[in-house]
Amino acid sequence: MNYSWNWSVLWQSTGVGDSTYLQWVLVGLGWLLVIALVAWSIAMVLGSILGIMRTLPNKTARAIGTGYVTIFRNIPLLIQLFIWFYVVPNFLPSVIRDWWINDLGANTTALISASVGLGLFTAARVCEQVRTGIEALPVGQVNAGYAMGFSTAQLYRYVILPQSFRTILPPLSSELTNCVKNTSVASLVGVAEIISQMKTISEYTQNTIEIYTIVTVIFIVINVCLISAMTLLEKRLYVPGLIAGGK
Amino acid sequence: MTHKRSVTSVLCASALMLGLSACSDNKAPAAGEKAAGTSTDAATSGTLDKIKKSGTIVLGYRDSSIPFSYIADNPNQPVGYAHDLQLQVVDAVKKKLNMPDLKIRYNLVTSQNRIPLVSNGTVDLECGSTTNNKERQQQVDFSVGFFEVGSRLLTAKNSGVKDFTDLKGKKLVTTAGTTSERYIRQHQQELGIGEIISAKDHAESFLMLQNGRAAAFMMDDILLAGEKSKAADPNKWEIVGTAPIHEIYGCMLRKGDTGFKQVVDDAIKATYSSGEINKMYEKWFQQPIPPKNINLNFKMSDQLKALIATPHDRDQ
Repeated sequence: MNYSWNWSVLWQSTGVGDSTYLQWVLVGLGWLLVIALVAWSIAMVLGSILGIMRTLPNKTARAIGTGYVTIFRNIPLLIQLFIWFYVVPNFLPSVIRDWWINDLGANTTALISASVGLGLFTAARVCEQVRTGIEALPVGQVNAGYAMGFSTAQLYRYVILPQSFRTILPPLSSELTNCVKNTSVASLVGVAEIISQMKTISEYTQNTIEIYTIVTVIFIVINVCLISAMTLLEKRLYVPGLIAGGK
Repeated sequence: MTHKRSVTSVLCASALMLGLSACSDNKAPAAGEKAAGTSTDAATSGTLDKIKKSGTIVLGYRDSSIPFSYIADNPNQPVGYAHDLQLQVVDAVKKKLNMPDLKIRYNLVTSQNRIPLVSNGTVDLECGSTTNNKERQQQVDFSVGFFEVGSRLLTAKNSGVKDFTDLKGKKLVTTAGTTSERYIRQHQQELGIGEIISAKDHAESFLMLQNGRAAAFMMDDILLAGEKSKAADPNKWEIVGTAPIHEIYGCMLRKGDTGFKQVVDDAIKATYSSGEINKMYEKWFQQPIPPKNINLNFKMSDQLKALIATPHDRDQ
């Protein structure tokens, strides 16, 4: 291939101020981590609540959980983000709309839309895993709990959740890595996260293969670190007799 | 999984990737040498040999670079100003190689993959809306320029923005990874621009403008004319400002292939000297074009007139 290699592209000046491309990549990495962190926090909290709702005796609670999953899991993430950023603001009351569009600035609103949008999408997936974890427990435990005089809340707090969360740790790890990778859709609404920085640097320098490789390695490193941490957690929380922990 | 193993897997993955790029690096020149070995005519070059041997020329086209190279009605047949020039080159290649039944194969390219596809030999000639600049000249060669653009502003007629100096404290949108973005970020403080938004593509940028998220959209003037013509109400928008930067579009071919470049340049220059270029320009920029029969109404700039009078393949 007729390609002139330049692996030191990161140390070149960008021509904007006195920054180098390395700084752009780091800025992109920073936004990636911010979006992933906010989105994952929303996903864990909301996903757990919805997952529990889907297993409750109460029919309304189950219907809400099922409805949420149906909507958020079946619409492509890209379209969801598009709706949050471009469509929803048009239906806000004009005072809020003006504040959102004019005072906050496009980059802030894009960041918020992307983080929350990704969080809501991932919540639907976490919800299903929480439900699976709960439903995987023998029904006898629930009956035994009630027989002991536990209320439903106590049953979940002391019997069901401590076991089911341990059971679903491995699939949650993959969901976490998915969440990190999905941050790249934020570039759709103009957040300068790592994928959009990568494309810009590739356009400016034409060292496409080098910069794509560097970003790929960054993603692998982040996700391998996360998986290692989750594996450690699985081991710490391992209960003998319950699904093999971290092996 | 142990910690040690995770480190090893990272190393394996990166080694694999480097290995892959190294492989493709080695293979292509080998194929080129082979082609050169079978050559009988000393004046022909790698690409011409490849075309002769395969009986096919591979043309790179764009799907939505209106009116340069795009898909209008037939999904398998690109059309446009740059595509017409590309066909002039194909005719010249037919004559040069004495192959009247030379086959054309079309290969869609995007702004991300066009340079890798030309340099790795997938595409022989790309004519679309590719700016000739110094960074790209490191990877590919350019034909003589066939269009000149200036970066200007698209804004609502009642926005009060008439030039770049009116952007003080206002929000501006531009497309990520473009020369316009680079220029405006360098001059943000000097012009006192409130906020610069970098959107994913031109359609996205225009959406930000229509949505009220930005007061103006900075981009190559011809692309702004294209976006404007697609709007629900084109008369609501206008293109304003004096262009601070100019760029030249050219066709891309493999680097260092002087024989093929000669054929390409001569074919394009021939349309300039015969005046045929004026007819082509009128057809695509001043008459209704498919698929919606919109007229871009885009006058030939003085810069382009100068370029046609004295063709060159420099970036400025």
